[in-house]
Amino acid sequence: MIPCEEANHVCDKTQYKESTLWEKIKLNLHLIYCKVCREYSNNNGKLTKKIKQSKVECLDPNCKKNMKKELDRAIEEQAS
Amino acid sequence: MPNHQINPNKWIDLYSDYLYNYTITRVSDREIAQDLVQDTFLAGLKSMKNFKGEASERTWLISILKRKIIDHYRKINSNKGKAEVRINYKDDETEGDWLEERVADPFDKTAEDQMQNSELGDAIYNCLSKLPEKQAEVFKMKTIQGFETEVICNELNITASNLWVIIHRARTAMASCLKENWF
Repeated sequence: MIPCEEANHVCDKTQYKESTLWEKIKLNLHLIYCKVCREYSNNNGKLTKKIKQSKVECLDPNCKKNMKKELDRAIEEQAS
Repeated sequence: MPNHQINPNKWIDLYSDYLYNYTITRVSDREIAQDLVQDTFLAGLKSMKNFKGEASERTWLISILKRKIIDHYRKINSNKGKAEVRINYKDDETEGDWLEERVADPFDKTAEDQMQNSELGDAIYNCLSKLPEKQAEVFKMKTIQGFETEVICNELNITASNLWVIIHRARTAMASCLKENWF
């Protein structure tokens, strides 16, 4: 038996495929009797699915740095 | 009504991903999207004195970006563009752009899906912007950019258990934020 806190942690790890088989078994055992965690687990899975489905993207960190540099330069220019 | 402040020093950290994602669903070319976002920030800086504080900074920047996107499409559809004869069998693998093939295909739902996806993307970024800055950053790195736990920990100088606590909080908040309209 594992406490809720650990169950949620395993659930989070599972979203990134970082949990072991044994952890997943323990999580599922917990979910059988714990309604709160069952709901969390449910929503967590949906969140993962939605983000995957939306294909959202982030700027590449290097690109962001360059943008920052350029904007900083423009800010200075404007101030002077 | 609160009077919104403007602070260009924070723009990149706070809004660049949001603006980028907004653009990418509308122009679908990464480099052009990056350029448009950059242009938006520079244009925003120039017209800062026109910012009256009625809308939030982000809304204001989006309104500039929208105009930039429209300009972009105007430019590529200018007379020069129209004069080109386009015969679009790009290569052997992809199908061409012939009129017959443009007739609506009931089995092809991509357009609708894409539209829904861009709305979903906006919604996700909207929810992300409600998180505390650190949570949003960690969540983005881990979930959207898919960095390894170790890499994020090194970059942000936090421990692994720290990271998981932040991820847990972020996921809880994101789920309840998206729940109403998307689950």
